[in-house]
Amino acid sequence: MATHHVNAVLPDEPEKATLEGKNKILGFWLFLGGETVLFGSLFATFIALRDQTNGGPTSQQLFDMPLVALATLLLLTSSLTSVFAVLALHKKDLKKMQAWMTVTVILGLGFLALEIYEFMHYVHMGHKMTSGAFGSAFYTLVGFHGAHVAFGILWILTVQLQTVKKGLTVVTAPKFYVASLYWHFIDVVWVFIFTVVYLMGMIGGKVG
Amino acid sequence: MKSWQQSWRQLFLFGLLALTLSGCGMRELSALQPQGPVAAMQFDLMKLSASIMIGVFIVVMLILTYVLIRYRKRPGQEGIPKQVEGSHTLEIIWTVIPFLLLIVMAVPTVTTGFTLGKEYNKDEALQVRVTAHQFWWEFEYPDLGVSTAQDLVLPVNQKVQFTLTSADVMHAFWIPALGGKIDTNPGLENKMWLQADRTGVFYGKCAELCGASHALMDFKVDVLEQDEFAAWAEKMKGVQSAEPAAPASANAVQGQQIFEKSCLGCHAVAGKGGKLGPNLTNFADRQRVAGIMPNDAEHLAKWLRDPQKEKPGNNMPNLNLSEDQINSLVEYMSTLKVQEIKR
Amino acid sequence: MSAHASHAPKRSGIADWLTTVDHKKIGILYLIAGGIFFLAGGLEALLIRLQLMYPELQVVGAKTFNELITMHGTTMIFLAAMPVIFALMNAIVPLQIGARDVAFPFVNALGFWLFFFGGVLINTSWFLGGAPDAGWTSYATLALNQYSGFGIDFYVLGLQIAGLGTLIGGINFLVTIINMRAPGMTFMRMPLFTWASFVTSGLILFAFPAITVGLVLLMFDRLFGAAFFNPDAGGNVVIWQHLFWIFGHPEVYILILPAFGIISEVVSTFSRKRLFGYSSMVFATALIGFLGFMVWAHHMFTTGMGPIANTLFGLATMLIAVPTGIKIFNWLLTMWGGQIRFPTANLFAVGFIPTFTIGGMTGVMLAVPPADYQYHDSYFVVAHFHYVIVGGLVFGLFAGLYYWWPKMFGKMLNETLGKWNFWTFFIGFHLTFFPQHFLGLMGMPRRVFTYLAGQGLELGNFISTIGVFGMTIGTILFLVNAYVSAKSSKRAPADPWDGRTLEWSIPSPPPEYNFAQTPLVRGLDALWVEKMAGNKGMTYAEPLGSIHMPNGSFLPFIMSLGLFIAGYGFMYHNYVVVGIGMVITFGCMLMRSLKDDPGYHIEPDEIEEKGVKA
Repeated sequence: MATHHVNAVLPDEPEKATLEGKNKILGFWLFLGGETVLFGSLFATFIALRDQTNGGPTSQQLFDMPLVALATLLLLTSSLTSVFAVLALHKKDLKKMQAWMTVTVILGLGFLALEIYEFMHYVHMGHKMTSGAFGSAFYTLVGFHGAHVAFGILWILTVQLQTVKKGLTVVTAPKFYVASLYWHFIDVVWVFIFTVVYLMGMIGGKVG
Repeated sequence: MKSWQQSWRQLFLFGLLALTLSGCGMRELSALQPQGPVAAMQFDLMKLSASIMIGVFIVVMLILTYVLIRYRKRPGQEGIPKQVEGSHTLEIIWTVIPFLLLIVMAVPTVTTGFTLGKEYNKDEALQVRVTAHQFWWEFEYPDLGVSTAQDLVLPVNQKVQFTLTSADVMHAFWIPALGGKIDTNPGLENKMWLQADRTGVFYGKCAELCGASHALMDFKVDVLEQDEFAAWAEKMKGVQSAEPAAPASANAVQGQQIFEKSCLGCHAVAGKGGKLGPNLTNFADRQRVAGIMPNDAEHLAKWLRDPQKEKPGNNMPNLNLSEDQINSLVEYMSTLKVQEIKR
Repeated sequence: MSAHASHAPKRSGIADWLTTVDHKKIGILYLIAGGIFFLAGGLEALLIRLQLMYPELQVVGAKTFNELITMHGTTMIFLAAMPVIFALMNAIVPLQIGARDVAFPFVNALGFWLFFFGGVLINTSWFLGGAPDAGWTSYATLALNQYSGFGIDFYVLGLQIAGLGTLIGGINFLVTIINMRAPGMTFMRMPLFTWASFVTSGLILFAFPAITVGLVLLMFDRLFGAAFFNPDAGGNVVIWQHLFWIFGHPEVYILILPAFGIISEVVSTFSRKRLFGYSSMVFATALIGFLGFMVWAHHMFTTGMGPIANTLFGLATMLIAVPTGIKIFNWLLTMWGGQIRFPTANLFAVGFIPTFTIGGMTGVMLAVPPADYQYHDSYFVVAHFHYVIVGGLVFGLFAGLYYWWPKMFGKMLNETLGKWNFWTFFIGFHLTFFPQHFLGLMGMPRRVFTYLAGQGLELGNFISTIGVFGMTIGTILFLVNAYVSAKSSKRAPADPWDGRTLEWSIPSPPPEYNFAQTPLVRGLDALWVEKMAGNKGMTYAEPLGSIHMPNGSFLPFIMSLGLFIAGYGFMYHNYVVVGIGMVITFGCMLMRSLKDDPGYHIEPDEIEEKGVKA
């Protein structure tokens, strides 16, 4: 394996080499369990309120599918690149890992930019947080996800920066691993948002 | 160990004493003295579940008392008690028996649940629409063309189908002697049916925290003989469509003028006026002022002097009326009668 | 790694308490903070009962009364009961599983400070324009701007901050119990209190996000003009109720399961017998936790869900009686054939059994939807949940405190005062709450600031208020007892009760590293197994060696302070303050991420020195 320029004593699967690392990963999985309930509650609320436009534009009038599809593509690809980063981590190839993580961050930024553009577009069309229950539920659910993406980008950057200084160690490896778990989670949530908010919104009508 | 049992006994006696002293509450108010089929079915379920539970409690107490007396550590006791792991037989027994007891409870729970959940149309039941407000009740009889407030008038021995909603916050509509409660949700409608088996007055309450005067959001239910009810409804309808007769005394006429100037914006009388406050068409027939105080000149005057003092947080402002004005208003309002109800 | 590790500058006094990451000290912090909030909630309860002593009294006004009931409920559930549970979990769970520390000492401290600042934030509402007044359930639309005051904002923000603390605390305990058990401590050898803590932590993890969402939605409605609960703009008031109770019902089990755990330990120790039916107790605990998520809508039978939903949720609720019954009978059979002693801890445990049984019985009665239409939102419900939460949880906590006090503080509590504490509290409790069952059935709704004379409600209310004085005296006696114990110079022995579990194998209070050598667990009731084998103490799984400990840190405190500041910014719509608070919090997170904590080591010679002292 291509391990020449990385810390030679680094064990295999460095993220799980210490008890601290194991604790961190288990704790993070549990945290994601809690996050699932959080998004589940937001989804349930959205489904209950999605037809209550209060005279504002409906989802069929609003949604611009090509734009959303592009955003989805960006985010799904970023999930794939974060997998490449973790593969590189297991090969203890720091450079490759950093490179893939950077690609992940750039794709995430692209997604965020599209989302912000999309929101501005909707607000312009009269679809606002305050325009009715549908607006409130839409911006809260999709916005919560967007905030997660933004936080994830900052987080990955933080871990990348400190790894430049500290190198790949049993302390930094779990951080990368956990950040990539988080990133996958965000991605899965987006798949549900794409389905429940956008696809179901396009076929629309009074389903629920 | 003596003191332990004694205290228990004392406590039990005290509880029993409290119970007998107060009986089962007032017949007009208590869920323990059902006055209609719905309350009766609910009371039967209470009795069934309470007896099963008290039976279980007695078993637990018998074992506990025995164990505490028999197995307390005695002075000079040596040796180590046998470390028992458990007993499958016993554990199965106390899993299966409670399960069977629950089935005994579950069957009537299901049947009564669906009986009470029925909805009756206008051929089967009197339809009443209830709208809850902070802190009063509006009652409409859509098929009779009648609206009133605070005193719900019902015929005896007839099913009444309620459709309930709220104009502001959540409230809950509860007439314990006739049956359980249901919430009134703003923006949504709920259904419930009740029936009274005897004539008389029953007390209604709001059971959901709804603001400062939640405690004072009482109403009364006047259950009349069926023919009396029909007569009442006829008169209410007549009054609501016709011009009201002019009051007799000069003071009352003055009161009427004040009323039309200051009160009619929110309170309707005989089909005229606003709907922000209770309809006052048959105010003088009602049992209570604002649902809480005896309906007499003294208390009405007290209310008019400062409604916020009597019912904090309600929507009626202090009109800053002079004593003379109050006097005239009281006299005018005492003429707002539709039918003398026999009690 | 050990080359980097060095002794941190030892902090002392307040600085030590503000920076500690030691689970035992955090346990004490939880106990003190929870205790103070308990006193505040108790004072509120006293005022409530004084107002209701006679009909149509004017001790406090209608609005103040609603603030009192809201704050009493909120304080007792979130700021008193949960923290005291966390106090015992922190103090005891790592010891019971033979761990030197929790999985995330830093997160543990952060959890405490978040809870603390959240609680303080809610309580400052009393001085900043009025406390929340829409009940602890804060139902919309009453809790919206149009119908209630500024106080609800404190509720919404304070509970979010405190809830976050509780959530990460729960995760910490889950990971601790899964990953940090001593060799031989299999899941089916864990003491029941640890099991209960484990299940409770799981419930916290899955229940708290639901209320967080509810609070966020309410906050958006109140602060940013969203329309989730506003029917005029398409909102739906029932959504709040679902979110609240999807959290709220598991919360009941979050509270009561640790009490079950405590009672199991105490009854077993003071009967000198192993717990009867240990496996079925574990199974019952897990089953109650699972069913706890299936029954939330039984709080909403009168909301208008229709007979089908009502019946299903009713039947599911009844099922919970089965595992609960298993527990009661197992406790009885644990005592059967034992040598029962009655120190205060066991008095509370024995008093718990009939009291909780009554609470459970009324719980089954409430599960019958048609009958619940009568009970719902009446004083019957008030009586029911106080039997469960006070008669169940608070009795359990008192039992636990009397039992583990020597382990936590190294001093015994006075038994005479303890017995007075028990009897006054026990009698006062039943006097207060027993009559309330009948008040409810006789037509008294809950949350009423007064009742009219002549409706047959006078006697019950009067007795109920008298009972409160008994509970007040009991609580004061406990405080006196704690004070007397702190002043006494007598040290508690390591194992004052002839204990059965690992925490009794180490000195009272334990040294900072808990176990000089990690113990080897050879069965259920690990210490008892060794005692029966004729050993003086535990056998060890490792030789004496250097012990790695984490350093204390100011970051948890400052990070929580940041959110506290941001909370005020939100409430007063001052986004500069929000920014400052958020910068503080995120800055601390960044620092925590960038700066590794090397910790420090305790060397064997130091350990032996301390071992001799203790």
